[in-house]
Formats: sequence, structure tokens, C-alpha cells
Amino acid sequence: MPAALLDVLAGVRERFPEVVSEPEEAFGETSIEVARTGLRDVVAYLRDEGPFELLADWSAVDYLGVEPPERRFLCAAVLASVRHPARVRVRVFIPQGDEHCPSLTGVWAGADALEREMFDFFGIRFDGHPDLRRIFMPDEWDGHPQRKDYPLGGTDVAYRGAFVPPPDRRGQPSTTSGYPGRLS
Amino acid sequence: MSVAENEVFLGGRDWETLHARTDDDTLIVNMGPQHPSTHGVLRLVLELDGETVVNAHSVVGYLHTGIEKNAEVRNWTQGVTFVTRMDYLAPFHNELGYCLAVERLLGIEAPARAQAIRVMLGELNRISSHLVWLATSGMELGALSVMLYGFRERELILDIFEHVTGLRMNHAYVRPGGLSTDLPDGSIEKIKEFVELFPARLDEYETLLTDNPTWIERNRGIGILDASTALGLGVTGPLLRAAGVPHDLRKQAPYCGYEQYDFDVPTDDAADCLARYRVRIAEMRESLKIVEQVANGLPGGPVMVDDPKIAWPARLTLGHDGLGNDPGYIRTIMGESMEALIHHFKLVTEGFKVPAGEVYVPVESPRGELGYHVVSTGTNKPWRVHTRDPSFVNLQAMPVMVRGGLLADVIATVASLDPVMGGVDR
Repeated sequence: MPAALLDVLAGVRERFPEVVSEPEEAFGETSIEVARTGLRDVVAYLRDEGPFELLADWSAVDYLGVEPPERRFLCAAVLASVRHPARVRVRVFIPQGDEHCPSLTGVWAGADALEREMFDFFGIRFDGHPDLRRIFMPDEWDGHPQRKDYPLGGTDVAYRGAFVPPPDRRGQPSTTSGYPGRLS
Repeated sequence: MSVAENEVFLGGRDWETLHARTDDDTLIVNMGPQHPSTHGVLRLVLELDGETVVNAHSVVGYLHTGIEKNAEVRNWTQGVTFVTRMDYLAPFHNELGYCLAVERLLGIEAPARAQAIRVMLGELNRISSHLVWLATSGMELGALSVMLYGFRERELILDIFEHVTGLRMNHAYVRPGGLSTDLPDGSIEKIKEFVELFPARLDEYETLLTDNPTWIERNRGIGILDASTALGLGVTGPLLRAAGVPHDLRKQAPYCGYEQYDFDVPTDDAADCLARYRVRIAEMRESLKIVEQVANGLPGGPVMVDDPKIAWPARLTLGHDGLGNDPGYIRTIMGESMEALIHHFKLVTEGFKVPAGEVYVPVESPRGELGYHVVSTGTNKPWRVHTRDPSFVNLQAMPVMVRGGLLADVIATVASLDPVMGGVDR
């Protein structure tokens, strides 16, 4: 870890001692864990006082069955700089049943589409986002497909009035009639 | 759901809402998703006052294929076949970003020859991608000859790709640990032939466009995106460099041995469509310099890590009908060695396990920072593969760039953004 980065991370820990964890190094990448309540202040500090003027990535992971329910969702922001090769990942865990995270759109306008993607795929609500709605899936879609408990197949598929039952309920259709998936 | 004052819904059923909140003089025009100048299936909804654009919204998702979700139920090697289909104009960069992420989790590094070939094909890919940008933006602004010339030269590069990997696009050539196969005979000669030919062709495009008054009038001062706005929106790549920021991951955090090669990062300070044109043309020249350096000093040795637990067991060879299994290898596993067959079967069906952890690996794609956020829980499948696609992030700058301009300039601006919808929607 470069010394300059260590200083910045020590500074942010000093400024927000309750919400920021000890920096952690793995696979040559540096991460800090931040409590939800302090996320916005911490990244704004890292942008203004540190070298990180660029939000490189902002994405989510569903740790269902890997982490306990109160740490089910991980939102990870990778902060980068155009002046310095150092990067830092800011991780915030979101509990199951209370999928809310502060929006970073007030710090970087570019967080907009990335947060809409996370809302669409994981159902995480970003508080303070100006226009939070689905971005890839149709507006009327049910559920959040990137969640680990989202069924892979087995969902009813509606297409132009046709109805195809899930694979486990299809049985052995006859070729002429009685198959509910047949277009009449 | 209550609709806040500043919310605009753009799915079909919310069309009325948009109408209701604009005044009578504002004309709302839907452009796309099927429109020749929206680069695939990008839909733009424009609010117009006469010919002036008051506001613009982009609607994406028409090409969403769930590649990230699919990658979670396939083994690590199969993931390559999926990610290469995201940004289909830069397949090598997608493969490279994904494989570098898997390699970082595994704690391995591909051999020097594999790294050099990755760089060489990646740079050829950058040229072919920029050629598609040049061809399509030329066409959209009425320079049809440039369209024909751009696609003509791109074809030469795709021929090289076909010779090397067996496929013109979606190669799945870069694999975790190295490459699927070494360069076949005659590849370097073909590449050198292209390196010889291409500078004259680039000059030809420049004689058609660089001093062409129509081209200049259509692009100068259009779609301005200054450096601070670009940084706030996360915009990277040629757009950021055309705004004067020499940010290039190949220089800032070199991967695959980019530090060995001599090349410049072209920048411009006009921050308009013309500046992006100049930057991309200069980038093609720089890429060509890298390709030439690699082709002249290609190191020998293997192209896959020497670890039978990771290296793909199949050997491929180029036959008269394309790339396929090596008959000698098939003889070994089918007729001679039971152990080799078991090993082959296990690695091909089950794959290898990757240590638990989380990495984010960015590479410099033709459109900017292409990042792979890959999470493993220690199994033979990725837990999560997220792609930070530069087209997706850069597209957010579109409304800022077209507001206050003319409707005709929307075309020039979107062309200069160079979005690839396969990458945006994934």
C-alpha cells in the first residue's frame, strides 16, 4: 500500500472513527468497510481531501448463505484518481429486509446509472437518488434477477398471450392438445 | 407510486406523464430504438423547442441478455465465452479484463508470450473498434466513403483475428492462465503486412476528413464535455482524453507488460466532437506502434501457465476447416492414457476452484475503463461477475452534451460517444 494512500485512510479513520474500519489489503487491493450511515460523508471526504476524483465502479453482491442476513448485500465502490494509480474500495453491507443505502449521486453524478442498475438487479433502494427506477428490466418486472434466491427457470413466462409453465410442471405434452404452452 | 416533480418515466406507459409536465411548445420526439444512427438499440427521447434540444433522455435495456447472471452458473473458463459477447466491438478487452481478474484471484500470471500476444491482439482490436466508430460516424454525418473505407480496413483486422482464433468476433481466445492456443504459422507475417499497409490508409481518411470544411463544421464546438463534468460523471477513455486529461490505464497502472512498449497517450483540449475525432485517429497510430513493437520482439515459450490443475487440457490445431481438436491429443486421451482422459474430463466438466475473495481489475478498452468486479466463494463457479462497462457509464454524459444544441448535432454527439449497446445492456 503506498504511503500517501495510508495517510489518506488514516485521516478518514481519524475524522470518522465510528463508521470506518481498519484498511484491509487482499489481492493487492485496499478496502475499507464503512457503516451505512456514514457512507456519503466518507466518500465525499475521500474525494475532497484524498486524491479520488473518479468513481470507477459501484456495484453490488448478494451474499445469501455466505454472510449472515444482516450482511447479506454488499455494495462496493471503487474510487480512483487520474493523478495517482492508487485505488480504494469502500464496502458497505446492507441487511436483508432493510435494503436501503445512501445514494452517491450527490457526490458523483455518474453514480446515477450504476445505482439504478443495482436497484433493478438487487432491489437495493438508494435514498436520495433523484430518479430511482429500473434500467434494464421492463418497468413492470417482478423481482430482482441478480438476487441469489431469484429462481433460475421455473417462473411463468408470458409471451404474446401464450403461457409456458415452468419446466417442472410441463410434464409430457401431447403433440396435439392439452399442452398449456401451445398457441391456440 | 407517487411521481415527484423531477421524475421522468420513459417506459411506454409513462409517455403521458412526460407530455403532461412539459409545456405546449415543447415537442417530444422519440428516436430509436431502431434508428440507423443510434448505434444499435439505443432509444433517445428528446424534448425539443423548435430545433433546439431542451433535454434528452436515454433509454437502454433492449439488448439485456443477463450475461452477468449466466456467468454465475458456469465454471470459470466458460465465463470467457460469455463476457466476450458484451462489448462485441472489443471482445479481446472483455476477455482480458475477466481473465486478469480470475488470474489475480488465483494468484497466477500468464507467461510472457501470452501477455505479449494479448497486448498485440488487444491493440489490433482497438484499431478495429475505432474503425467502426470512424465508419459509422462518417456515415451518420454524410461521409459515406469513410464508411466504406473504415469497414474495408476493419475486415483486414478481422481476417487476422480469424486466422489466429478461428473466429472473427467473440473469440474466447484469452483464457484464465494464458491463451487457448499459440499463434498459428503465418500470423506474424499477416500482422506485419497490415502494419505496413495501414498508415497510408489512415492518411487517406485524414485527407478526406481532417481539413474537410463540412466535417469541421459538423463537429467543431459540438457536444462539449469538459474535464470536470467528465470526471463527475465517471467518463473515461477518448472522451476524457479529448477534454485534456491524459488518463490511460495502460500508462497509469500497466498490465500485461504495457510498460515495455513505447507509445504516447494522445490528448486534445477542445473537448468537442472534433477533438474526439483527432484523439481517436492519433490513438490508432499509437496502437499500431505497439503492435509493431510486439510483432518484432515476440518472446518465445508457452502461452499457458504450467499448472495442469488450471491449464485447459485440450490442444487445438488449425485444420483445413478451421480451428479444432488436435488429432494427436485426441489419440492420447481416447486410445492411450486413461489418466489423461480422466484429467481432461474433470477439468472440462467441473473446472478448477478459485480461492475466495473479491477483486476489481480494470483494463483500458477502446471506450475507456472496462472493469471486472469478480467475487469468488472458493468454488468452481464465480459468485458474482460485474462488468463496469465504459459505454454504459459514458452514456450518462449524453444529456449534458446535447442540451442547448440543435437536433442534428445529437447525431454527431452520440456518434462521438461511441456507445456499444451490447456492452451497455449486457
